Amino acid sequence: MSDAQQGMFGARGTGDTSGYGGLVATAAGTGSTERPFGGYFDQVADDLERAYPDFADAITRVVVECGELTLHIKKERLVEVARILRDKLLFEMCMGVSGIHYPERTGSELVAVYPLLSMTKNQRIRLEVSTSDSDPHIPSLVDVWGGNNWHERETFDMFGIIFDGHPGLTRILMPDDWDGHPQRKDYPLGGIAVEYKGATTPAPSERRSYQ
Amino acid sequence: MTTTFDPYASSRETTEGTVYSVTGGDWDSLVSEIGEAKEERIIVNMGPQHPSTHGVLRLVLELEGETITEVRPGIGYLHTGIEKNMEYRSWTQGTTFATRMDYLSPVFNETAYCLAIEKLLGITEDVPERASVIRVLMMELNRISSHMVALGTGALELGAMGPMFFAFREREMVLDAFEAITGLRMNMAYVRPGGVQQDLPAGMTTRLRELVKTLRKNFKDNEKLLVGNTIWMKRTVGIGYLDLAGCTTLGITGPVLRSTGLPWDLRKMSPYCGYENYQFDVITADTCDVYGRFLIRMAELEQSLRIIEQALDKLDALNGAPVMVADKKIAWPAQLALGADGLGNSLDHIREIMGSSMESLIHHFKLVTEGFRVPPGQVYAAVESPRGELAAHVVSDGGTRPYRVHFREPSFNNLQATSAMSEGGMIADIIGAVASIDPVMGGVDR
Repeated sequence: MSDAQQGMFGARGTGDTSGYGGLVATAAGTGSTERPFGGYFDQVADDLERAYPDFADAITRVVVECGELTLHIKKERLVEVARILRDKLLFEMCMGVSGIHYPERTGSELVAVYPLLSMTKNQRIRLEVSTSDSDPHIPSLVDVWGGNNWHERETFDMFGIIFDGHPGLTRILMPDDWDGHPQRKDYPLGGIAVEYKGATTPAPSERRSYQ
Repeated sequence: MTTTFDPYASSRETTEGTVYSVTGGDWDSLVSEIGEAKEERIIVNMGPQHPSTHGVLRLVLELEGETITEVRPGIGYLHTGIEKNMEYRSWTQGTTFATRMDYLSPVFNETAYCLAIEKLLGITEDVPERASVIRVLMMELNRISSHMVALGTGALELGAMGPMFFAFREREMVLDAFEAITGLRMNMAYVRPGGVQQDLPAGMTTRLRELVKTLRKNFKDNEKLLVGNTIWMKRTVGIGYLDLAGCTTLGITGPVLRSTGLPWDLRKMSPYCGYENYQFDVITADTCDVYGRFLIRMAELEQSLRIIEQALDKLDALNGAPVMVADKKIAWPAQLALGADGLGNSLDHIREIMGSSMESLIHHFKLVTEGFRVPPGQVYAAVESPRGELAAHVVSDGGTRPYRVHFREPSFNNLQATSAMSEGGMIADIIGAVASIDPVMGGVDR
């Protein structure tokens, strides 16, 4: 997540005096969750370690939050791990790709999240892979789960993540000649001109807002 | 004078000049000539404005005669940037965006989004039982209205007009019930983080019981028209084939997956909103075709009615119980009430914040303008929508607005199966195949 926040409107120091809402928000942890993970998550981690000897090298973090397991994977190992998860741990379905853009995380600005589902065992886990803005490449998982085709195109369209090995990585929602990737946090939003003394309504990203 | 040979008008030279005799083409030689051609490939652009493509879906078809050799679906014509917009609105305001994605199943969109927020807030267990029962009731009503569109438009696209009239008659009745409960027929933003926007109006359970009776009777009309109908079966049996392996690799869920015989329904497999407390069956078919999906949707209507009846019994037992989480830092303070001129602000609430309690006014103002904060983290919450697994992937940075919201839309995902279902088939059958996926372009493009 972004840095810890304090106060309303980005005020520092004195902060807010209303006492409303606790006001100090802590940033999410960056470490791994310690075992036991709870539920079937320990079993999944054990099975994966057994089926994939390079577990410690490929998986940088194992996080359990809100009752969900996330495996943070090095991007160059993603396809190997995905294949083992599909074939050995029976995660037959990948429910898509969701991109996230963290501009303040230097070196790992772009994140792709893959929710996996095992219908055989009724289990769900999540894979998370990050890459940098300067080298926005992540290997494609279309060969492993064919249904990822459109999801990867959408994530490319919206975030500019290039999925290497995708059979036809083109824009899917925006027009083909569109500039930029709209769901990146640095994508400029338009303001609205109003017919009153040349004023404009500022773009949503530039308006004063509660943080 | 030209010297090129014209097959439709042979010419001969006379003393008066060239004389043409227009005899019409030599059909036999023309046909044999085409038969010798190595390839007769036609590219047809179907849509985006086409009555049979279920909204603004564009299909680029490559045909050999009437056989489809390749289909490339083109989408994005209805992209509205809802996911991006939600990043600039408070958590509660997000429901008004989410509800507009898949405009045929608004309650499911709202519920998936709110379940995700509640998971992040850690209040899943605190949502009052009455609120959960109302959510279930609304979702099942919505499943009926959505399936009605799927059946009605699906039949219309295959040339049957009668079923559409019956289906939309039923759908109107459900939408009338929505209007009575929420004030709006569609896009209601009724499900809110922590509960629902307001309680059911007085006498609603009685009215809904009547509705269930009427619907159960009326559903028979369409059943009589279509089930076992020879023409309908010729257009649907064995069409749009997609087996379990195809569904798994393409991530297909919902009626298309259940038509392969796998009883996968999130209401049973990972219950939410208390679905584990209801008696209902998961409907499957084993034909993997359009007819099987049609039968599944028809049978799911009855299962939804069963769930609605159980929900109404629960609601009668829970009369007067809260419909919003008790935590006043999350519960929306504005109470709505039905007045003589329609749904509006509750006069009692206005009297309190404007007349008697300054603190109430401050609280109201802070919660409505600032909203509540959601602890940092990411969650994935899925519900079984009429089209399959609809899920919200919600990321919070600890602020009053979502950092990122992504919807795993079943329509978007399932539309990928168009090619697998229709390549190698006849061009007329792609209509049935797409209709059986039941894509809603508002959900596909978001």
